[in-house]
Amino acid sequence: MRIEQLKQEWFGNVKGDVLAGLVVALALIPEAIAFSIIAGVDPMVGLYASFCIAVVIAFVGGRPGMISAATGAMALLMVNLIADHGLQYLLAATILTGIIQIIFGVFKLARVMKFVPRSVMIGFVNALAIMIFMAQIPHFQGEGWVMYGLVALTLAIIYIMPKLTKAVPSTLIAIIAVTVLAVFGNIEVGTVGDMGTITQQLPVFLIPSIPLTLETLMIIFPYSLALAIVGLLESLLTANIVDDMTETESDKNKESRGQGIANIVSGFFGGMAGCAMIGQSVINVKSGGKGRLSALVAGVFLMFLIVVLGGLVVQIPLAALAGVMIMVSVSTFDWSSVKNLHKLPRTDAFVMISTVGVVLYTNDLSKGVLAGVLLSAIFFAAKISKVKVTDELVMKEQKRIYRVNGQLFFASVSDFPKKFIYTDSVNEVIIDLTHAHLWDDSAIGALDKVEQRFEQNNIKVHYTGVNEESKQLKEKIGGLSKAASGQ
Amino acid sequence: MFQKILVAADGSKHSIRSAEYALEIAKKFNGKIDVVYVVDGQMAKTDVLQARDKFELEKKRKEKLKVIKDLLEESSVPYETHFLHGEAGPTIVNYANDHEFDCVVLGSRGLNNLQTFLLGSVSHKVAKRVDCPVLIVK
Repeated sequence: MRIEQLKQEWFGNVKGDVLAGLVVALALIPEAIAFSIIAGVDPMVGLYASFCIAVVIAFVGGRPGMISAATGAMALLMVNLIADHGLQYLLAATILTGIIQIIFGVFKLARVMKFVPRSVMIGFVNALAIMIFMAQIPHFQGEGWVMYGLVALTLAIIYIMPKLTKAVPSTLIAIIAVTVLAVFGNIEVGTVGDMGTITQQLPVFLIPSIPLTLETLMIIFPYSLALAIVGLLESLLTANIVDDMTETESDKNKESRGQGIANIVSGFFGGMAGCAMIGQSVINVKSGGKGRLSALVAGVFLMFLIVVLGGLVVQIPLAALAGVMIMVSVSTFDWSSVKNLHKLPRTDAFVMISTVGVVLYTNDLSKGVLAGVLLSAIFFAAKISKVKVTDELVMKEQKRIYRVNGQLFFASVSDFPKKFIYTDSVNEVIIDLTHAHLWDDSAIGALDKVEQRFEQNNIKVHYTGVNEESKQLKEKIGGLSKAASGQ
Repeated sequence: MFQKILVAADGSKHSIRSAEYALEIAKKFNGKIDVVYVVDGQMAKTDVLQARDKFELEKKRKEKLKVIKDLLEESSVPYETHFLHGEAGPTIVNYANDHEFDCVVLGSRGLNNLQTFLLGSVSHKVAKRVDCPVLIVK
C-alpha cells in the first residue's frame, strides 16, 4: 500500500479519531461484559476480545472507521460450545474461526456474500435483536420489583440523557448512575461480580489447552464455521453502512482477512470471537471518527480503564447491563421492515420471517441464514421457471409456430413438453427461441424430447432465434442426449 | 433578496409542501434552489440493509425526492439536489452557513410535546443556528 494513503488512514483525522475512540471505549465496556454473560464466560473473555480485536483491526482491517469487538451475534453462537466443553474449546474455536475467515479473504469470497439476499439479512438482524432481548429474560426470573425498577431507570437514562449532552455515551452514564445507586443505597441485586471475576491485568499469550486431536476439531469446526460466516456477514454489512455514512469505499477482502487475523490474536490472548459492530461503528462515525486511529484508541483506552477501574466494574448491577442490552436489541432491530412488511413482495416477507423463525427455533443464527438463502433460492427458481409457450398456425404452409418465452433449465422444463400438440395435422413446426434461454442439459433434453415426439408423428421440427450461448450448449450436449435416448 | 434558497427534504409530505413554498419564493426573486437530503446513521443502516448494492441504494434515495424533482422540473427555476451524511440538524446548519444561502425552507414534522422532547425538533435547531432567514412550513 502507498505510504501516503496509509498516513492518511492513520493520521488524517487525529483529533476526531482520538475523541471518537474514547467515546467508543466507554460504550464498549458494558457491551463486552454483557455479551460475555450471554455467552456464559467470565467478563474478562469479552473484554480481552474487545481489546485485541479493536487494536488488531486498527492495523489490518479494510474499513477505517469501523469498530470491531466482542459482539452479541457471535456470543449467541458460542453458548452451547461453552456449556458443553468449556472455555478452552471456545478459545480454540475462536482461532479456527480466524483461520477460516483468512481463507475467505485470501480467496476473495467476500463476493459470495451477495448471494445472501437482503430479506435474509433483515431477518438476520431482527433475529439477532430478538435473541439479545431473550437472553436478558433469565436475569428477571425470581427477581422482585427492584430489578424491574433498576432496568427501567437504566433505560430512562439511556434514552433521555442524549437530549442534555451527547459528549459521554448515555449507556455509560446510566451504568454509573445505577451502580452508584445500588452501592450507596445498599440495594441487594446481582452484580457483574456474581458472574465472574475481573482481573486487572493485560491479556497474556496462551495456547488453548485442548487435546490436538481430530475429535477436538470435529467439536469446534461446526462452531467455527458458523462464527466465521456470521462474523463476516455482520462485518461486511457494517462495512457497507460505514461506506455509506462516510461516502468512501473499502476493501471487503482485506476486511475479511483482517477479521480473521483479529480473531486468531483474540483466541491466543484469551478472548472470544468477535466481529464488526453496527451500533458502535455508527457511534464512532457520529462522534467524528473515520480513521484507523479511532479503533486503536478505543481498544487501548478500554483496556486501560479495566486495569485501572476493574475493582469498580464488579459492582455494576446486572440490571444496568440488562437495560443496556435491551437498548442494543431495540436499536439492532430493523423496525422499518415491520412497518413495510405489507409492502414487500410476499415471498421476501416470507423469507424474512422464516429466517427469524428458524433462528429462534434452533437458537442458531447461521442455520437461519442458511434456511433463508435456500428458501430464497427455491422461490427464485419457482419465479424464474415460469415458461410461456404461445402458438400460431400458418395454414397455407401447413405449419405451426411455437414461441417460447422464459428460462429453460432443470426446474422449468418438467411441464415443458406438455405444452406442444403432437397430434397436430401440420407438416412442420417452428420453435422460436428468441425470448428463451437454454441453461443446462435438462433444457436440451426437454427440447430433444419434444423434437422426438414430433418426429414420431412425422412432423419436422425447426428452431429459430436460438441465441449464441444456447446454440453452443445445444451443439455441445444436444447430440449426446439424443444418442443416449437411442436416436 | 432570496436568490439562493435551500430546501431540506426527506420525501415526506411536509418536505414536499416546503418545496412548493421555496418554488414560489424562487419564482418571485428569480432565485435558484438547492434541495438537500440528509442521511443520518440510523437511515444509513436501514437503507444499506434494504438495498442490494450501491446502485440500488442511490436509486432508492433519488426516488424519495422524485415528487420534489418533478415539481421543480416543471417550473423553469434552476435547481440542484445534494445528498449529505450526518445528523439532520447540524448538517443542514453547516451546509447553509458554509454556502451562504439567502433563505432556508424546511417542513415541521408536526410532533407533539413528548415527541419533540424525545426526538428533538430539527426545525427549531436549524432556525436557531442558521445565519439567514428560515421559513418553517407547517
